[in-house]
This record gives sequence, C-alpha cells and structure tokens, in this order.
Amino acid sequence: MWILLLVPFLGLLWVPFYNHELPALFGFPFFYWYQLVWVPVTAFLIWVVYRHGQKRGEV
Amino acid sequence: MNAAPSINWTALWVFVFFFVLVTVMGFGASRWQRGAQGKDAHLDEWGLGGRNFGTWITWFLVGGDFYTAYTVIAVPALVYAVGAYGFFALPYTILVYPIVFVIMPRLWHAAQRAGHVTAADVVYGRYGSRALELAVAVTAVVATMPYIALQLVGMEVVIKALGLTGELPLAAAFVILALYTYSAGLRAPALIAFVKDLMIYIVVLVAVVLVPMKLGGYSAVFSAAGDAFAAKGGATGLTLKPQQMLPYATLAIGSALAAFMYPHTLTGIFAAKSADTIRKNAVFLPAYTVLLGLIALLGYMAYAAHLPIKSNNDVVPALFNALFPSWFAGFAFAAIAIGALVPAAVMSIGAANLFTRNFWKAYVRPDVTPAGEAKVAKVVSLVVKFGALVFILFLPTQFALDLQLLGGLWILQTFPAVVFGLFFGWFRAPALLAGWAVGLIGGTAIAFMDGVKPVHTLHIGGDAYTVYTGLLALLLNIVVASVLQLLLGARNPGVTASRA
Repeated sequence: MWILLLVPFLGLLWVPFYNHELPALFGFPFFYWYQLVWVPVTAFLIWVVYRHGQKRGEV
Repeated sequence: MNAAPSINWTALWVFVFFFVLVTVMGFGASRWQRGAQGKDAHLDEWGLGGRNFGTWITWFLVGGDFYTAYTVIAVPALVYAVGAYGFFALPYTILVYPIVFVIMPRLWHAAQRAGHVTAADVVYGRYGSRALELAVAVTAVVATMPYIALQLVGMEVVIKALGLTGELPLAAAFVILALYTYSAGLRAPALIAFVKDLMIYIVVLVAVVLVPMKLGGYSAVFSAAGDAFAAKGGATGLTLKPQQMLPYATLAIGSALAAFMYPHTLTGIFAAKSADTIRKNAVFLPAYTVLLGLIALLGYMAYAAHLPIKSNNDVVPALFNALFPSWFAGFAFAAIAIGALVPAAVMSIGAANLFTRNFWKAYVRPDVTPAGEAKVAKVVSLVVKFGALVFILFLPTQFALDLQLLGGLWILQTFPAVVFGLFFGWFRAPALLAGWAVGLIGGTAIAFMDGVKPVHTLHIGGDAYTVYTGLLALLLNIVVASVLQLLLGARNPGVTASRA
C-alpha cells in the first residue's frame, strides 16, 4: 500500500511527459491542468494509504 | 497605479477594519482552546498551544503558515516574469504531503513521548549529542530569520498598494503582532489563521472566476501570456525549455523535503493533538495547493489585463486595484497582510522555542522550569520580530531574498539528522554532524560561486546537468555521513547499539 505514495513522484518528477501545451482543457494548456489534477489524485492516494493503515490498526 | 500614491480611502477602511478585527482576536486568543491541564506558565502552553490542536485547527494553522503572504506575492511575480518555470511551486506543494504523511507522525510520537518542543530536542533525545542539537537549532533559527523578513516584504507591497507611504504603517502592524504573540503565544496565529485562510479562499475564488470573465476566459489569459513571453524571449514561456526541466523537478523535490524542516511548519506538527491529526492533514492540506496553483495564474492574468508593471512583486496588488472595486481590493490586501502575520508569528515562536530549549536550557540555565522557559521564549519572540523589522527597514530587500534562498539550502541539511533516526538507528551523531557541516559549507560555497542562484550546473562527461543546489548539498551530506559511519562503525562496533 505504501508504494502508492511514490506514484505522485513518478507523475510529477518525469517532467518531459507533461511539458506540452496540448491537449488543452477548459483553456488550460496540458502542462497546467495535468499538474493541477495531481493535487486531488495525491490527496486520494494518501487517503487510501491512511484508511488501509487504520484498518490494520496502525494508529 | 503605483505612480500616483494617492490614498485609496475605501480600500484603506476595509483594510483597517479587518486588521483591527484580527488584533482583537489575537489578544483574546490566550483564553481560547485552553487545555484541561490549566497550566498557564508552561512552554507547552505558550509555544505549542497546549499540544491540543485537532484536525481543523491544525489544518488552518499549517495551511496559514506554510502558504505564506510572501507566496501570494512572489509566486505570481515569478510566473509573471518567467512563465512555466515559476510553477515548480505546484509539484513542490503536492509532493510535500506524501513526505509529511510518512515522516511527521513518527516525529510527533518521538516529541510527544519525551515532551520535546523542537526538532533539535528530538535530535538531542535520540543521539545525546549537544553538538548535533546545536547544529540543527542554529541552522533552523538562521534559516527562519530571512523568512520572517520576507513576510514583511509581502505586507509592505500591499500597504504601498493602498497608497500609504513611509515605514510607519509597517512598523505599527508589526509591533501589534509582536505584542499579541507575546501574550497569547501560538494560540494567536492559530485563531487568526481561520480568518486569514477564509479571506484568502474568498479572494482567490472570486479572482479566478471573475478575472478571466473580464479578460475573455482562460484561453485568452494563456494566449496573452504566451504572446508576451514570445516577445520577451529567453528562458520564458508557457512550457519549460528543455534545459529547465531538471531544475524544475529538482527544485520541486528539494523544496518538498525542506518544507517541514523549518521551525514554523514543525511547530504546527508538534502542536497537533495526535499523530492521526497529522495523517488526516496530509490528506486535506492539498486543498491549499489548488489555491496556490490558481494564485500562480494571477501572474498570467496581469498580461491579459495589459497592466503596466514596474516591479514583479506588484503584479497581484496591481491586478486587484485595476479589476476590482476598491472595497474588494481592500479586502484582498487585508487578506494578504493578515496572511503575513500568521507565518511571521509562528516563525518567531518556533525560533523562540529553539533558543529557549536548545541554547538557554542547554547552556545557560539547565535547571530552568517550564514556567521560566515560557518567560524566556516570550521575550525572545519579541527580539526575533524586532530583528526582522530592522532587517527590512535598513537592509536592501535583495539581501533578505538571497538569505532566504540560502536558508532553504541550509535547512535541508538538517534533514538527515532530524529524520533518519526516526526510521533506522544506523547513523551516529559524529557522522551526521560531519555530513551536515559538509553539506552546509559545500552547498553555500557552490551557491556563492554561482552568484547566489538556486541551481548549479554540473558537467559530467560532455553533458551539462542543472540541478537545485540544495539537493546537491543534501546528496553530499548523506554521502559524507554514510562513508564516515561506515568507517566509524567498523572501528567501534560496540557503540552503535547503545542508545535506543
């Protein structure tokens, strides 16, 4: 489960993957909306790991 | 709009109203969230708000002091100046949360068990080394001072935008801040953070909806900025130049590692009620990062609005003055100014806690009582703020900016000493101290040779790699510590297991 916490690092540190203007979304170039999307995605991944830890009694 | 310094009265009255409101709250805060213990004169009370802040208060407090007023001014200013490169603040403030989630609950437990108040306390508790404790404490205080000074820069910018001149308003605001921090401790910024954060949320949401509507939508905003960068040339643009990608990524990760080594962010961690409070905050704090991403876009909106900008730092105030009625501009400026008070207060409290615990108690008065500690810390918080004010009034702002940049590099060098021991016990104090020293001195030397720039270019083989100097120094730090530990550990194998 903890491995999920590494996913945002892959998504955001591999810059060539998202350093483009297209495809745009609501007027936002890809570079911008891609990184903004990682905010809720990261929060969700942390939440998943948190819930998993809670269920296993890691408090 | 900055040419004629005529006072904007409506904006000024709105500004003053909110400023008075938070001042009253600041002084009243000493009665708020009193822990059940009822201990008045204890450093845990003044310096950590009774270690009793739950999820909501911690969310507002850490959000309020991590995303500082200076950020609201400086991030759009950088984005305005260089474009995409200035956006590294976004991946930085995303990646910081998985790091917080993994590290900070453990640090909280270590502090809670032994009643530690600062990171340097935790280091001393773990390694029993006064030298390493002092290294961590001094680094933290020195890195924080210019950061406090920059909050004043943020305040100065909005005060100027209201049409006020001279240094008196800034000095007055700061004296008020110093007094209520003195009397209420961490409870003052925690309570004010509620108002500050709500105001900032309102301002930014209104701005990111209304401004593009006035300017013809986001595509118009981006294309205006893109045209401006195309005309400007150089290393600017809506996307990164190939040579900017590695600096972008290393700045993001390096800053994320450094962010919660600062005393102001750590004070928020230590003040939390439980480790679970911190875990939940790692889930919910990213909400502020969305806000930061939107704030950064204000830099592009300035192009679409065709504002004449003389200094990059004026981007945000100029935008509000040009596009909003004066009462809302006043509200926005108040939000930014109050946004400077919260981090400045927490930073001075964090620095005061460090001085009291890791210098005064360690070297001057080892027998000091918790009540005596609180007394010393209160006075030191005044001295720290006064120092920051003098700094800004009498030294060039560029000096504070350079020091803050170096401060990030310095604070990052405390990472191995503070964090590694929470996960494994292999490193001992001498190795960590040597790593810290080499990272700090080496990193500072490299930064100076580059003309105090955040990135350094390495030539390996025929290729050039430009990376964040702080991260480079951290690498050096860890390598030195590891090599030394291998040598020392091999020499006296019996010592390694002594202290748990």
